[in-house]
Amino acid sequence: MSEAKPLHQGLFTWPDASPSLLGSRCNHCGECAFPFQSSCRACSGTDTEETSLGNTGTLWTWTIQSFMPKSPYRTDETPETFSPYGVGYVELPCGLKIESRLRENTPDTLRIGMPMELEIVRVRADDEGNDLLTFQFKASGGDH
Amino acid sequence: MDVAIVGLGLHPFGRSPTMSGLEQGAAAARAAMADAGTDFKSMQFAFGGSQDGGNADSLVNLLGLTGLQFTNVANGCATGGSSLNAAYSAIKSGQYDVGLVVGFDKHDRGAFNPQPAEWGLDDWYGETGLMLTTQYFGMKIQRYMHDHNISRDTLIRVAEKAFRNGSITPTAWRKTALSWEEIDNAPMVSEPLNKYMFCSPAEGGCALVVCRADIAERFHPRPVYLKTAVVRSRNYGSFEVFSPSQAPEVADSPTVTASRAAFELAGVGPQDIDVAQLQDTEVGAEIMHMAENGFCEHGEQEKWLAEGVTEIGGRLPVNTDGGCLANGEPVGASGLRQVHEICMQLRGEAGARQVPNEPKVGYTHVYGAPGISGVNILAR
Repeated sequence: MSEAKPLHQGLFTWPDASPSLLGSRCNHCGECAFPFQSSCRACSGTDTEETSLGNTGTLWTWTIQSFMPKSPYRTDETPETFSPYGVGYVELPCGLKIESRLRENTPDTLRIGMPMELEIVRVRADDEGNDLLTFQFKASGGDH
Repeated sequence: MDVAIVGLGLHPFGRSPTMSGLEQGAAAARAAMADAGTDFKSMQFAFGGSQDGGNADSLVNLLGLTGLQFTNVANGCATGGSSLNAAYSAIKSGQYDVGLVVGFDKHDRGAFNPQPAEWGLDDWYGETGLMLTTQYFGMKIQRYMHDHNISRDTLIRVAEKAFRNGSITPTAWRKTALSWEEIDNAPMVSEPLNKYMFCSPAEGGCALVVCRADIAERFHPRPVYLKTAVVRSRNYGSFEVFSPSQAPEVADSPTVTASRAAFELAGVGPQDIDVAQLQDTEVGAEIMHMAENGFCEHGEQEKWLAEGVTEIGGRLPVNTDGGCLANGEPVGASGLRQVHEICMQLRGEAGARQVPNEPKVGYTHVYGAPGISGVNILAR
């Protein structure tokens, strides 16, 4: 029986009714990182632990991927079925900015500073037919 | 001991379908040695690099097996800058008197095709569509335009200047000037940057003969002196390509740190520079690099471009040969092309694109993934 599972473990809590991003926090200097880092890029320390990074933020910058990327991009899409997607950095309450796909994909729907929230979306099916999932952000309250 | 550049060689950038990357490197090397009135047997050392064109030290199969010390340099977009930096140290230290710096490349058509593992990233990052340099460039200038009130007109002006300068540069790849409308209406690649606002991977070769300053005139009557050659990598917090997350505090880019160090070592300031090459992988990069290299304040670019300050006849001509936008980017050769162009300008040999009033001090800046910058300051 097929099931939906993360494309990559450890990026977000799953299964979870309200998934959050997962990262690391340095026990020496307190800096957070995403994804989990076993050593700290800020202080070179090696004592880090997993931490929840939450699921809301504001849009720090954005662009739009207007054509289908070549490898290593890997989805079920074809150039005919591809639809452009937004890409941005979302600033979390802790200040860390997360690079993410965005549900919004037109210039008139994207604005620096707009509130964003996390959602979990399908990337493709694996060889056994299981849906593989990743995270993206969308405009808060944006279920359009 | 000071360091001089006494030989310039360039194999034109663009497409050379009948030549391998190595052959383009060898052509550039031969041209540089001929310009210096010397030959490969006289080269005591060589530093060279290529990303996709083969091992640089294989050039000896084409140039001659003379037994010299030949070191391959691989440092991404800063490969040329790092090769020149190594040659600078080799002469400065007294180890050698004269040698060759060479870079070449031959990339496939279309954008680069980076693999996550080579960048310390897991596969999900590439598979979900985040592994594109074009996205990073779009996002960096998008934020910069927001923070510093840069308009889209300024993006168009940079592209216009690049192709106009390319049209009077015999060795450029893109030799057709483009109108405002052509640039404005080009297909969008990665908001806010469209097709004519990006450079493309290309082919080409570039080489320099460098030597001790006190013997320079044996090789060339108009040596150009390399006052300093600096390479820096990123500090924590610098906003760089292929970064799944960005630190809370945005730090100065490696361009800022390399530039400051170069000015300090050379004993000159931004106001002393007569002609500059600033990395223009896309138009936003040239705009941001004007300020990151200390030539203007953040936001002042809007006025500078509108007033033509960076045109060939302006106060600080930038990318007089059309830069990466008009020449394309063969990664291994690109940083050396910048030095080549500044030397042409300082020697007064730049023809239709010659900067007036006999420029004396020049500046080159290369920047690339994953956050590396090289700055050279040159004087005649």
